[in-house]
Amino acid sequence: MDYKLLIALLIPLIATLGVMFKGDNENMRESISSISSIFLLLIVASMIPAVLKGNTLFFHMFTILPGVTIALRADAMSMIFALVASSLWSIAVFYSMGYMRSLKEHAQTRFNACFALAIFGAIGVAFSDNLFTMYLFYEIVSICTYPLVAHHQDKEGYSGGRKYIIYLTTTAKAFLLPAMILIYVLTGTLDFAPDISTGIFPPDVNKTLVIMLYIFCIFGFAKNGIMPFHHWLPGAMVAPTPVSALLHAVAVVKVGVFCTTRVMLYVFGTDTMHALNLGIPTAYFVGITVLAASIIALSKDNLKARLAYSTVSQLSYIIMGVALLTDPGIQGGLIHIVNHGFAKITLFFCAGAIYVASHKKNISDMGGLGKTMPYTFAAFGIASLSMIGAPPVAGFITKWNLLIGSVEAHQMGILLILIASTMLNAAYFAPITYKAFFGKRPPGEKFEGIKEAPLAMLIPILIACGVSVIIGIFPNFMLQFVKAVTG
Amino acid sequence: MDQLLLNPGFPVLSVLIFLPLAGALLLLFVKDEGMCRNVALLVTGTVAVISIMLLFGFDRSSAKFQFGEHYNWIDSLNINYTLGVDGISILLILMTTFIMPFCVLASWSYIKTRVQAFMICMLIMETAMIGVFAALDFVLFYVLWEAMLIPMYMLIAIWGGPRKIYASVKFFLYTLSGSILLLVGIIWLYTANNYSFYIPDMMWQDYSLNAQVYLFLAFFLAFAIKVPMFPFHTWLPAAHVEAPTAGSVILASILLKMGTYGFLRFALPITPDATIIMMPYVLWLSIAGIIYGGFTALAQSDMKKLIAYSSVGHMGFVTLGIFVLNMDGIEGAILQMVNHGITTGALFLCVGMIYERTHSRELKTASGVGKYMPVFVTFLAFFSLSSFGFPGTNSFVGEFLILAGAFEFDTNFGRFPYLALAAIPGAILAAAYMLRMLQKIVWGGTDNPDQSWISDLNIREIVTLAPFLFFVFWIGLGPQPFIDLMHTSVVQLLDQFQKHQAGALAAVDMILH
Repeated sequence: MDYKLLIALLIPLIATLGVMFKGDNENMRESISSISSIFLLLIVASMIPAVLKGNTLFFHMFTILPGVTIALRADAMSMIFALVASSLWSIAVFYSMGYMRSLKEHAQTRFNACFALAIFGAIGVAFSDNLFTMYLFYEIVSICTYPLVAHHQDKEGYSGGRKYIIYLTTTAKAFLLPAMILIYVLTGTLDFAPDISTGIFPPDVNKTLVIMLYIFCIFGFAKNGIMPFHHWLPGAMVAPTPVSALLHAVAVVKVGVFCTTRVMLYVFGTDTMHALNLGIPTAYFVGITVLAASIIALSKDNLKARLAYSTVSQLSYIIMGVALLTDPGIQGGLIHIVNHGFAKITLFFCAGAIYVASHKKNISDMGGLGKTMPYTFAAFGIASLSMIGAPPVAGFITKWNLLIGSVEAHQMGILLILIASTMLNAAYFAPITYKAFFGKRPPGEKFEGIKEAPLAMLIPILIACGVSVIIGIFPNFMLQFVKAVTG
Repeated sequence: MDQLLLNPGFPVLSVLIFLPLAGALLLLFVKDEGMCRNVALLVTGTVAVISIMLLFGFDRSSAKFQFGEHYNWIDSLNINYTLGVDGISILLILMTTFIMPFCVLASWSYIKTRVQAFMICMLIMETAMIGVFAALDFVLFYVLWEAMLIPMYMLIAIWGGPRKIYASVKFFLYTLSGSILLLVGIIWLYTANNYSFYIPDMMWQDYSLNAQVYLFLAFFLAFAIKVPMFPFHTWLPAAHVEAPTAGSVILASILLKMGTYGFLRFALPITPDATIIMMPYVLWLSIAGIIYGGFTALAQSDMKKLIAYSSVGHMGFVTLGIFVLNMDGIEGAILQMVNHGITTGALFLCVGMIYERTHSRELKTASGVGKYMPVFVTFLAFFSLSSFGFPGTNSFVGEFLILAGAFEFDTNFGRFPYLALAAIPGAILAAAYMLRMLQKIVWGGTDNPDQSWISDLNIREIVTLAPFLFFVFWIGLGPQPFIDLMHTSVVQLLDQFQKHQAGALAAVDMILH
């Protein structure tokens, strides 16, 4: 029984309550959020030494039925996600203070409370010890991010929010719920296996049912953005930008891919996936998403929409890597949770900063804007390098591992998909920075009075961007976690 | 009489049954309206406290009927006053005694006319309801079963909404017509069992298959109307919409459970072979109810109708759980009866609270009240989540067990799990209509009516809802104590069932394949 886990889980929950009851006082409310986020980061960080020694921390909370419990565990894989979620929460809290105050948004108390509650769900998912706990927190994230997506409470907000909740709850109920119950019926437990190879299915189980369960699990966690259940993500871009940044670059979508890969590795296990030949077809299937989403991104002029489709594409990298079932593939996939998280949040932060400073949403209006907002666009450029996968930024580590992984799995097709998507990434990211710095201003626009966004926004941008560079140059710290996962 | 453990000490069950009746008699002489409310609350509260004795005295390791009481009533016809509870009925009795005080509280300011008569009806209802669950003599059961109709009829017909007469007559006729065949069945059983009405003696008697099928159909009609199963449900939305809040709560939380209780208490033990033969039809009828209830609830703009149709869906899950005839299914079904009682009861209380403020049950008038009633919508949010089986709440555990039972129904015999998968759309629809209602009430749209004059819940209303929320999470996070109460009885029910249904197996194989 390791109480650190419980404390880590409760901090965002307490922050939520604090924000709700101290909501009238703006400063009080935001200091609660920021102090809690720093505490959360510290407590998660304090678990690093034990986990790196190879220990797994456990905390048991409730027994619902025999084999169905609410229990927490911290192993190498949960640490990857918990570290990303907690560190990005603390960055995002400061950023959203700047953003929401600059734009004088309404209902900031609700916004902050739901924000903390979403992190509560994400941390819960990261530390889940079994499928039921994971499902519980997955659903909590779905429900409590609805108010964030529909935040503006106008027609657009409501329709985006409706799409969001319909996609996420329907897939969870339609696929995840029956999958979870059938797994319980077949195995008598919902606990994750101790390592990635064995899985939890007994050897004599009906193969057709296992394949069906696998497909249910892949589509059930629709937060992972695999096509055709990805429409909620572009729809959710009606939310204020800090929400898009934290939730749709980190908390929500990463909850989706984390759950998917966790289930692939710790419920089915590499042995079962090899035996039933599930891995490679999955890799090709998500390969379609990788390419299709990139092509759609090319056609979007709205910056946030382009980023959203880029997210859809990049999430599938993670699943593709794990589905290759080779050590470098799994490592490359899982490390991309970190790499994509930091880079994409930088990009969204920049989009928000541009909007706050200039009220511009479309890429075609941003020509020449780089001269007035040099720091923002420099950060944008560096983060997009990470997306493209160029050294020395973090994304390069992903690409490197994925390429080796696909070679080791003897899948030249996957290799080609990766190369093609890299070129597509470059094609839709590079022009943005190029036009901002070297492009012509749109005729008649003087950019008068436009300057960099407030420091509360600029500093988080630079920190997130800096972390991307640092983990690109010193990748070993995060790599030791993914190496511990593959063993 | 070996199935009955007589209770030599304090006659708990009789006290539970007759205390409300005594309260009703006392109310005849109370003229002051405030006093009537107080007396009713005091009586129902006392009954609730006394019923806790059941919990402490109940032997969880025995499947026998406990707290037994046996007195001769009409000697010439061998009709007796026999009471007892087992693991199946104890939870339902406790739920009844728990819910009644809150029904009285919910009527505190809602009922403004003929308070005295209203409270008398409520107390008579309580007597009859506890009696139905505790009766072990079939005539006693039948008398109390029919006795419930009259006060319930009056609750709807006197204190109901605009179409109260239509609704109450429909309710009365439906339920009555169902129970007439039940009476025929009872009399047949009486003659087949040496002229005895003692229920435990009628069980597991291996009646001829023919007789069982007819008996089952008689039971089925009576209980399916009460549940109500699709397509016997049309009385329910009408009755719910017109009934006052307390009437809706009693109807949803307790009266509906009598149908499913009847299946467990009578249909399975008395007609096991017929149950096996009819099982596929009942199962698919349950699925139809789950999906029909879901779709219809999704289309409602009247909050009470929405919850009424959601009940059709939820009770479909319960009958599904009962008729898959395995451990998980039946335990889930019993648990789900309690869960539905708590959650749907609480939802009706919530709608009642809005109605008292806006005098409308339309979603449109209520849309956007979240801004001015934060406490209320917090409660409503948790009950709505519970209603569609959000993990961590009570209904999830029930649905989980029922669906696990439905999966086992097929996978244990190597079949593809069509049945369970067919029920899944019901779970999706439940999320859809509940979230739709919640969204409308909490946020509404861009054209909400002005609600700035509306006041949030007062202390009485919070006290009414809080205990329901407590049980939502208790059963959701630690259901084991509740399952322990019923476990031995369910084990015995299934054991006996296995022994006595052999004759019908061949016939079933034919139907299934």
